[in-house]
Amino acid sequence: MVKIGDIPLKKLATRRALIELARKCETAEVDSEAVHIFVGMSTCGRASGAEETYAIMKYELEKLGLEQDRVRLFQTGCIGLCHAEPIVEVQYPNQKRITFDKVGTARGRKIVVEIAKNIDGKKVFSTGMGLGIYTKQTRIALRNCGSIDPRRIRSYIASGGYQELAKSIFERTPEEVIQIVTDSGLRGRGGGGFPTGLKWGFARKASGNPKYMVCNADEGDPGAFMDRSILEGDPHSIIEAMAIGGYAIGANKGYIYARAEYPLAVAHLRNAINQALEAGLMGNNILGSDFSFHIEIRYGAGAFVCGEETALIHSIEGHRGEPTNKPPFPANSGLWGKPTNVNNVETLANIVPILENGPEWFKGVGTENNSGTKVFALAGKIKNVGLVEVPMGTTIREVVYGLGGGSCSGKSIKAVQTGGPSGGCIPSSKFDTEITYENLVALGSMMGSGGMIVMDEDTNMVELAKFYLEFTVEESCGKCSLCRLGTRRLLDLLEKIIDGRGVEEDIADLEATAECIKAGALCGLGQTAPNPILSTLRWYRQEYEAFIGNGDNQFAYRIDPDQCVGCTACAKACPVECIEGEVKKVHTIREEDCIRCGACEAKCKFDAIKKQKVKAC
Amino acid sequence: MTTSTALDAKGFDELEQFIKDLDLEDSCQAREGALIEVLHKAQSVFAYLPSDVQEFVAEKLQLSLGHVYGVISFYSYFTTERKGQFEINFCTGTACFVQGAGKVIERFEELLGIKMGEVSADGKFSLGHLRCVGACSLAPVVMVNDKTYGNVTPEIVPQIIADCQ
Repeated sequence: MVKIGDIPLKKLATRRALIELARKCETAEVDSEAVHIFVGMSTCGRASGAEETYAIMKYELEKLGLEQDRVRLFQTGCIGLCHAEPIVEVQYPNQKRITFDKVGTARGRKIVVEIAKNIDGKKVFSTGMGLGIYTKQTRIALRNCGSIDPRRIRSYIASGGYQELAKSIFERTPEEVIQIVTDSGLRGRGGGGFPTGLKWGFARKASGNPKYMVCNADEGDPGAFMDRSILEGDPHSIIEAMAIGGYAIGANKGYIYARAEYPLAVAHLRNAINQALEAGLMGNNILGSDFSFHIEIRYGAGAFVCGEETALIHSIEGHRGEPTNKPPFPANSGLWGKPTNVNNVETLANIVPILENGPEWFKGVGTENNSGTKVFALAGKIKNVGLVEVPMGTTIREVVYGLGGGSCSGKSIKAVQTGGPSGGCIPSSKFDTEITYENLVALGSMMGSGGMIVMDEDTNMVELAKFYLEFTVEESCGKCSLCRLGTRRLLDLLEKIIDGRGVEEDIADLEATAECIKAGALCGLGQTAPNPILSTLRWYRQEYEAFIGNGDNQFAYRIDPDQCVGCTACAKACPVECIEGEVKKVHTIREEDCIRCGACEAKCKFDAIKKQKVKAC
Repeated sequence: MTTSTALDAKGFDELEQFIKDLDLEDSCQAREGALIEVLHKAQSVFAYLPSDVQEFVAEKLQLSLGHVYGVISFYSYFTTERKGQFEINFCTGTACFVQGAGKVIERFEELLGIKMGEVSADGKFSLGHLRCVGACSLAPVVMVNDKTYGNVTPEIVPQIIADCQ
């Protein structure tokens, strides 16, 4: 039996050559005689010790003389069960996969020994378990993650890879490709939800040369790691989709803008591009056709705003990642002023299956205006931290409890946050809502890229809003005043409230400032920055009010007459001039005018000013 | 990223070779477009981007120093200040926040005697933050140079510090 690694990979000059190679690879990879062992080797796996587990299993297999024929050991990408890493899956011929969680070196060795004793699969595997989490999912974007080796193009080709690119180049017109994508109802998975086919159509119709296809792999939302998983587990699917997109819009050059914080994903992408070039599936005259497509990787450098498409474009150009006005939209004027189409990783991950199975198949999953699936990254106070892919229209409850396993802290789940710093919280009373773009917006949140953070009853929602605002203030590019100054003002108000210095008017001030920023900020970062505040106010107003005007939280600054030497430093520091006193005489603070900023306390070198709790009248 | 103890000529040679190997087209567009990648390389060689390095990059890519500095100051990944030999970075993502990253940071600050953003007097440790690394199942996450520690609690902080040899 030929091992897949032994099949020669040379430049494929024709479509027929690809089909023949695919046949050979499939036969070699899906060897019906051998037991397959898959070890998840994504970032979480490696950080949990998967490299050591893989090494020990390889060593044991070699020692037992099994490695060559009867047992095949594979490295795969992220299987999605991040809380259970390292994960090993065993598949006997024609049987369901058995999943093992938290497999360290000792357990890895045991698994190999047990396979050796049970090489025919006649005995039921005693230590495995079948995780129901898979059967409840519909894995389209994540279809290959965990079952192919992302480092090997032959593995991708064995499962049908690059066939749709070939079909598009040789059998479809660009317009036909766009029509299929449009008919499928695919919407942007980065958060915007804009119809992808329509976007491609705009770029196709735009005048200008050259055109560019860009993949947004910045994934800036904290708590979101769907794209990382796809890039680490199935990089070729993105490369193929970009080439198909390039063919459709008339672009011969593509850029993948990848986050610098994802070194493994970048390494796998780089490797995949090189392999595709070697095989004639990328580069000049793909498979001997007239179509050429080249991809370059460009790095981010830690700027959340570069997830916004115009900022991303400027970053690729080598500038500060500041957004610019839309219109003009990138489809008409993007990279270097040329027509550019920017798509999110997950959006692209759906392209090949849509072409393969047809638009009607895709529409059959999900709901009427929300076809297909969505990958969610579940994190926070949840048992099963990891990735799940579910049809649009699944309820939040099903995701959190059915797949997520419910609370991990023993406390009850209070809410989930979707959409990251641009989104909002959804209280548990609304968990029977079906997940669609429209429904989440109606609740005051948004789909976002797919991060879903679960919070329990111990999470204070005002503190959570402050966390998001701290992030947004730091990440604001500073170009437009509304965002630059407005988000700072929102944060100041939150700090004031949490610090116990807030008054009732501050909530109205928060709301008014928030609405103003939403209406006028230049880009999506600013326009959505107030959402965490607005949504926590909408559902948890009482938590804001608990910080305000409740006797236990009121305090005043008082000058201790025994310590005060009358140096006047505090009076000079006071921004509202509410401190009275003559030089070398004890000073006093006019409490009714004091804004409780604390500048006097900070200035006093004699420890004479203290913050004291007072009861409300 | 690897650290370099001095701005020696070898570092500049390595950087120059890297730029040459990029084989850039002779156009402003190509040279500007390469800036961020070159800065990443420069930072991996020198560990930070002092003005000598900025000037070198500006010269090699035929860009103004102002452009180069403007890009460096915009992106949080780039630093003009030397970090510690062991750069301890905390993920500041939401999942890590919810799982108690704050307490872990406090413990590091307590044991090392420095605050977030500072470098220890002997140059051995520095504390900084990272944007979300996407390993949310391991929250809270701490990275020491390229090594990832997951599920960090205040109790295991002394062990992490001891590992830094």
